[in-house]
Amino acid sequence: MSETLSRGQQLEGFLKRVPIVQTLGMRCDIKGDDMTTVLPFQDKLIGNFTIKALHGGAIGTFLEMTAMAQLFLVSDVERPARTINITVDYLRQGKAEDLYGRARVIKLGRRMASVTAEAWQSERDKPVAALHGHFLLNRSGEQSG
Amino acid sequence: MDESISSLDKRIELMRQHMDGMTQVVPWARETGFKVTRVERGQVWGVQPFAEHLVGDVDAQVIHGGAITTLLDNLSGMACAASLEEFRFVATLDLRIDYMRPADSGRDIIGEAECYHVTKSVAFTRAWAYHDSRDKVIATAQGAFAINKPRPKASLGVPE
Repeated sequence: MSETLSRGQQLEGFLKRVPIVQTLGMRCDIKGDDMTTVLPFQDKLIGNFTIKALHGGAIGTFLEMTAMAQLFLVSDVERPARTINITVDYLRQGKAEDLYGRARVIKLGRRMASVTAEAWQSERDKPVAALHGHFLLNRSGEQSG
Repeated sequence: MDESISSLDKRIELMRQHMDGMTQVVPWARETGFKVTRVERGQVWGVQPFAEHLVGDVDAQVIHGGAITTLLDNLSGMACAASLEEFRFVATLDLRIDYMRPADSGRDIIGEAECYHVTKSVAFTRAWAYHDSRDKVIATAQGAFAINKPRPKASLGVPE
């Protein structure tokens, strides 16, 4: 991987190439090792038309990508980590509005990492969903299976 | 409340008749393209066809785990609907997903969900994602769903 690109630039380049990120329409705002992800509202993200709520699967996918992105940002692995498991708590109904996400790497080990992430809408302290997950770091030269 | 969805057996029959409709009215399910394939009492099966726009690992061309989250979350919620004696809306409280092995590129993923316990306010579910059989799972899920109070216009999400 290029020496001249910052971790943030590498991440942005990677996310642009990932189809599911494009399908979601997810963006990220990176400042050094600090990142906020944004999921601009689109009709296709809805799970329940009668109450115009975001689909839990779309929120979960967004949070998982947010956690993976933050982990990539603060680690030195060449390839994004692989998910071992995630738990998503759905705290409030996701409204037909933009969704924001932030993640924190709780522990960065040699092989595994523990990450939490939160998503919110108009009010930062009223999270819509929270994720906790474990990820397997893809170290080069080690078998990825 | 509509007679046809207040009784569980009739509701299951209605779900069977509207297997396509149940995902057609959910925009994000339409986007991922998964389908419901079978409904039994407390159990629902579905399939997520391989689709390039859901790929999360570009090199391996494997569908992102998020598509499995969507599939198992939705099927688990439906399994609750196929389990509650009286129809109620359910909302995911939490969902845990364990990824056992990556999905094969280009292959459909089968999802299976069951609602195995119901209390007055919470329904508990487990679910599996696999290609061939549950002997070789791609992912397993465990969920808890809040059972909402009845609403005046209860519907299955089935188009009129």
